[in-house]
Amino acid sequence: MVAVVPAAGRASSTPSAQKSSRTGYLLLFPGIAWLAVFFAIPFVTLFLTSLQKPIEGQSGRYAVGLEFGNYASAMAEYWPLFVRSFVYAGIATIIALVIAYPLAYFIAFRGGRWRSLLLVLVIAPSFASFLLRTYAWKTILADEGIITSTLNALHLLPDGRILNTGIAVVAGLTYNFLPFMILPLYAALEKIDPRLIEAAGDLYASPATAFRKVTWPLSMPGVVAGTLLTFIPAAGDYINAALLGSTGNRMIGNAIQINFIQFRDYPTASALSFVLMAIILVLVFTYIRRAGTEDLV
Amino acid sequence: MNSKRPDVVATLAGTMATSVSRRRLLQAAGIGSAALAAAACGAGGGSSAEPQAAEDLSDTDKTLNWSNWPLYIDIDEEAGTRPSLDAFQEQTGITVAYTEDVNDNNEFFAKVRTQLEQGQDIGRDIVVLTDWMAAQWIQNGYAQKLNGELVPNRANLLPAWQNVSFDPNRDYSLPWQSGFGALGWNKAGVQAALGTDTLSSLDQLFDPALKGRITVLSEMRDTMGLILAYQGADPSNFTDDEFSAAIEYLTQQVDSGQIRQVTGNDYIAALESGDVLAVIGWSGDMIQLGEDFGVALPESGATLWTDNMLVPSLAQHKKNAELAMNYYYDPAVAAEVAAYVQYICPVKGAQEAMEALDPSLVDNQWIFPNEETLSNAYVFMTLTSEQNEQYEREFQKAIGN
Repeated sequence: MVAVVPAAGRASSTPSAQKSSRTGYLLLFPGIAWLAVFFAIPFVTLFLTSLQKPIEGQSGRYAVGLEFGNYASAMAEYWPLFVRSFVYAGIATIIALVIAYPLAYFIAFRGGRWRSLLLVLVIAPSFASFLLRTYAWKTILADEGIITSTLNALHLLPDGRILNTGIAVVAGLTYNFLPFMILPLYAALEKIDPRLIEAAGDLYASPATAFRKVTWPLSMPGVVAGTLLTFIPAAGDYINAALLGSTGNRMIGNAIQINFIQFRDYPTASALSFVLMAIILVLVFTYIRRAGTEDLV
Repeated sequence: MNSKRPDVVATLAGTMATSVSRRRLLQAAGIGSAALAAAACGAGGGSSAEPQAAEDLSDTDKTLNWSNWPLYIDIDEEAGTRPSLDAFQEQTGITVAYTEDVNDNNEFFAKVRTQLEQGQDIGRDIVVLTDWMAAQWIQNGYAQKLNGELVPNRANLLPAWQNVSFDPNRDYSLPWQSGFGALGWNKAGVQAALGTDTLSSLDQLFDPALKGRITVLSEMRDTMGLILAYQGADPSNFTDDEFSAAIEYLTQQVDSGQIRQVTGNDYIAALESGDVLAVIGWSGDMIQLGEDFGVALPESGATLWTDNMLVPSLAQHKKNAELAMNYYYDPAVAAEVAAYVQYICPVKGAQEAMEALDPSLVDNQWIFPNEETLSNAYVFMTLTSEQNEQYEREFQKAIGN
């Protein structure tokens, strides 16, 4: 009796388990194929390209090589642009967080039946092309525009302008990636049971303490996801710097673009892309480990 | 400048169309092009120095694949047709697949480079490329020698365009249109800043009163050409030292904040909005801005660039391509195109033909420059690939790493 039951159980479960595991692989296949074709292969190609060496006397043509020196020379020339990119992206991410958190909070807790509409409004601008939206900022920040002339009247602008300065680039980055901050924050905040906050109040926590001890920690997954989704594309962006920046505001994306198109220096461009990826990966891992182990679990 | 055109609608439409102009699309195009370049970089294989001819299917396959810059041919706005091209198709029975897919020389080259290097047909019978890129194609054997017998109208090429260093006898290329790298400005703004509404020299452009209100072109040849001439060098024949001196000057202007931005086509919008008061820009674009804006060649000298028609190596309809080139070198047809695009017309006799079409344009120096105007414009020196790379790098470094 005792022996039969597990045996019968095993007999009946094994084929179905096999079947389901096979189904699992089948279901995974499109994803893996996609990854292989559109990620793994380009990734390897990019890496190999970054190690190519120029063919003597044939500008713009490269042969297979192991020129790790490409990395050194690329970094020697462009490290300030890496620093600038991460500073700009970092500032943009912090500003986006400061703007997005209250907004997401409001939609999640006070939105009521308007929630969906408010969320659509948050996403709606993304339906317009990224490029167009960035161009629009040129008009918003124009020298004779309301914002610039108001700030100028208050003598708040050292250069007398916003457009074509670092401020405009950071503003553009913040604006363009703001939805990526709001949505994960909203998703995290919306899951919080309001009764937990009520309970904190019942236990004599001030609203500030309740926020600090209950709401903020519970929203951490959203904060982590939102900051990553904002920071990563912002660090690699080049449109904002190209359209809203000036000569001294180029980011690493601009350097990669120029090397690819203008110089046809594919090894340097690939090396820069690779270093950008590597730095972002390291930053993300450090960040997730810190935020993850202490606050998320 | 368009005020005497047949009707107001066409004028407005024309102005709008040309003021977005081919070069304005450059920036937008750049976005997709990084990916294209990435794709192209896997290219290997040897390049043939000699252009290859394919079996010419022209007689049996009456088609012609033509790649040109956007808004660079006459268009009937209302009907949405291209009158001169339609007439050609009717005359010859050749069906022309006319594609406006050249937005930027580098980007276009990145797109077709792999095939060219591997000795494959790029599926185009005419491509239109700017001098320096055309030079690279001819040098690398990517362009075929034209059959002069099929292009008798080639004799209509004006003398100023006949002798170019990259193609001394115009064996491989024929100019499509030309333009100047020149000064452009907002009259009211410059009047307020400098006390005059006319600019005639780079001294005025780099006057500290205009600090932060001027832009220069990201096209190295135009910006550096004007600065070289300003410094007394000859942009069509200069030394490394002269180039370095010009770069140093540019660097100073960038570092001091005099130059606000280095742009492709964006300067037009910035001029219009008043953010920028004076620029180094392209003549054709700036003429279209109207009365409130001025355009002039600087006294010290301007640049003259030309976009050239080439038949790519292994093109399958070379004869059809040559027939089309011949057709567009008919003065009447050339005038028709010039009246619409308002760029410099390199065809002899077009000026006379314009008399019948639109007399107001006959003496237009921007379409039919006289000897005096042309004597003040330089074709930028032909660079070797190494020089090109070195100069582009120095230029990019100066405009802000």
